[in-house]
Amino acid sequence: MLDRLREPWTDRRAGLLLGALACFVLLVIVFIIVFMALRAWPSFAHNGLSWFSAKGNVDQQLDKMVNSGANPGSADYQLGAWPLIYATLLTTGLAAFVGLFFSLFSAIFIVEFAPNGVRRVIVPIVRLLAAIPSVIYGLIGILVLAPFVGNSLVSQERKGSVQYVIPLSGTGLMVAVAVLTVMITPIMIAITVDGLYSIPKPWKEGALALGVNRWRAMWTVTVRAARPAIIAGAVLATARALGEAIMISMVAGSKGFSPNPLDGLTFLFEPLRTLAATVVEDSESINAPAMQASLYAMALVLLAGAFFLSLGSWFAKQPLKKYGTRS
Amino acid sequence: MATPTRPGSSATPLPPLPLPRTPGTPKAPKKKKRVNESIRTWRLTDRIGYVLMWAAGLTLCAIGIGILAFMAFKGLQYLRPDLIFSHPTVDPDQSKSGGFLDPLLGTILITLIGILIATPIAIAAATWIVEFGRPTWLARLIDSGIEIIAGTPDIVLALFGLVLFQQGIFGWMSFTAEGGAVFGRSFLTAGAMMSLIALPMVFAATREGLQAIPAHVREASYALGKTKAATIRRVLLPSVKANISTGAALGMGRIAGDTAIIVVLLGASLRLDPEGSIPFLRVLQGTGATLTSYVYNNSPAGEGNAPQKAYAAAFVLLLIVLGLNFAVDLIARSGKKSGLETSRLGAR
Repeated sequence: MLDRLREPWTDRRAGLLLGALACFVLLVIVFIIVFMALRAWPSFAHNGLSWFSAKGNVDQQLDKMVNSGANPGSADYQLGAWPLIYATLLTTGLAAFVGLFFSLFSAIFIVEFAPNGVRRVIVPIVRLLAAIPSVIYGLIGILVLAPFVGNSLVSQERKGSVQYVIPLSGTGLMVAVAVLTVMITPIMIAITVDGLYSIPKPWKEGALALGVNRWRAMWTVTVRAARPAIIAGAVLATARALGEAIMISMVAGSKGFSPNPLDGLTFLFEPLRTLAATVVEDSESINAPAMQASLYAMALVLLAGAFFLSLGSWFAKQPLKKYGTRS
Repeated sequence: MATPTRPGSSATPLPPLPLPRTPGTPKAPKKKKRVNESIRTWRLTDRIGYVLMWAAGLTLCAIGIGILAFMAFKGLQYLRPDLIFSHPTVDPDQSKSGGFLDPLLGTILITLIGILIATPIAIAAATWIVEFGRPTWLARLIDSGIEIIAGTPDIVLALFGLVLFQQGIFGWMSFTAEGGAVFGRSFLTAGAMMSLIALPMVFAATREGLQAIPAHVREASYALGKTKAATIRRVLLPSVKANISTGAALGMGRIAGDTAIIVVLLGASLRLDPEGSIPFLRVLQGTGATLTSYVYNNSPAGEGNAPQKAYAAAFVLLLIVLGLNFAVDLIARSGKKSGLETSRLGAR
């Protein structure tokens, strides 16, 4: 048996072995979906579609699950996860929206307008921002930004005006969105820069030859042609933001609360908790069956969201292929 | 006249030797000077856009430099050698709660386990897709599969790891309780899940390298009578070594910085907490902590609430991650285009 392994490998055997290892990846994906769905099923089965709706206080429902013991009844599975879903959509959407403009302008700057000296600084900085672990972003958010917002930006009157509904302490929507934006911008910039470089140069030079200024040539020709890449980058970065758990759980205030845009400026300071942050924070009590099912259900929703965003990013990128330059 | 004639003094002098052309001698065409146009002549909307662009670029620089300077300042302020070399203990008093030797060892251990599992699978998958790739639908499926894994949030992977490794057949990887319930949390299980985070990065780098090898290299090897398997082993893989190391270093940086999997899958013990009796394996089967979970627990969000320790540990973590990224730069010095290749940021 061992002697056969010693012989030089035939192509067929090498191909089969490498192929089998590659198929291992598919096996993992199937396992992820099957195992997660099995564990999540009780939560969906007891709640039906009202799982996605708002019904009462999420935090109380989760507490009830922890205390329900080893044999929870149907009432213990009750969960209306809308506040968490809403918080996820809100932070992710706002961060993606702000990040889109920020990263588009930064990418144009890097590709076209930055003097060489500045470019030599800014490119390593983008890579630095991409490399910093999320827990360090969270640390800066909770130790620097949140106290600053809580002490300087939120006035005592504002705190007093809502203290019977929700206490404001600085951690909340604004800090979460700000840190999240910085976290996802590097990915958006990288994909946008790639897209801008892939547009054939003569197109822009043609516009310049017609006498428009440099900015207008860039904006109306190159940026417009690279739109698919820009959108693909934004969507992919949104998928990243969707799954960010640790940083959000540190800086978003960790309350199952739905910030109300009608509150005016107070809206920006209200605490919230996303799906991913809930999973991380409640993973300690995962041994309670009701809690376990709920957490796996949340993770399954996140997985589906990330999958569809990846798919969307892939579709958004397709029009760019026809230029035939770099992908 | 019988004067000796030297070879050089003949009537027709030898033509001057052509100077060897060294690269750089032919003067590069001088860089075109930018047309010095004043933005004052531009339309208002263009001027606003131009200013916004500079503002965005400079803000980005300010944020990056600010974070780096702040972390370096706080880190150097609170980092003491005895923090690195002493074990952590549970104590509400910051001055008595010890250092972070165990989390540091945990980070190194988990990074090694993760990359050791990820690299072979990633190389195999990339080689198979580029060199074999039949049937085509399967190759495409695996390619998208790896993209899906790359896009899966780490917290989802963490929960998946928990359910997978609590199955009975994985009992040897962690601690099994009296009743037969498998704990599912250990260095081995967390490292196995971490490998899924590094896998897409090693895969992308290896595939990129293999695709960049021109076809005639393979044909030359076949012409010498080598089999495909031998070509892969002796010719192709050695020439993509740099790509593989780039991907591996990036993947290690990603593993070292990940928190969610650690919080869920490595148990909550502060020290390395071995299980069982077999030396060394008992550490791998046991629970522990890493720098990321140490920072998380010592921040105001966790139970420890020792911001000074958190800053010091975060600084060490940042040094590790930046060191790995610097290694990437050293390995991949050649063929650098924009420095912002998407594969290098983990955004495929």
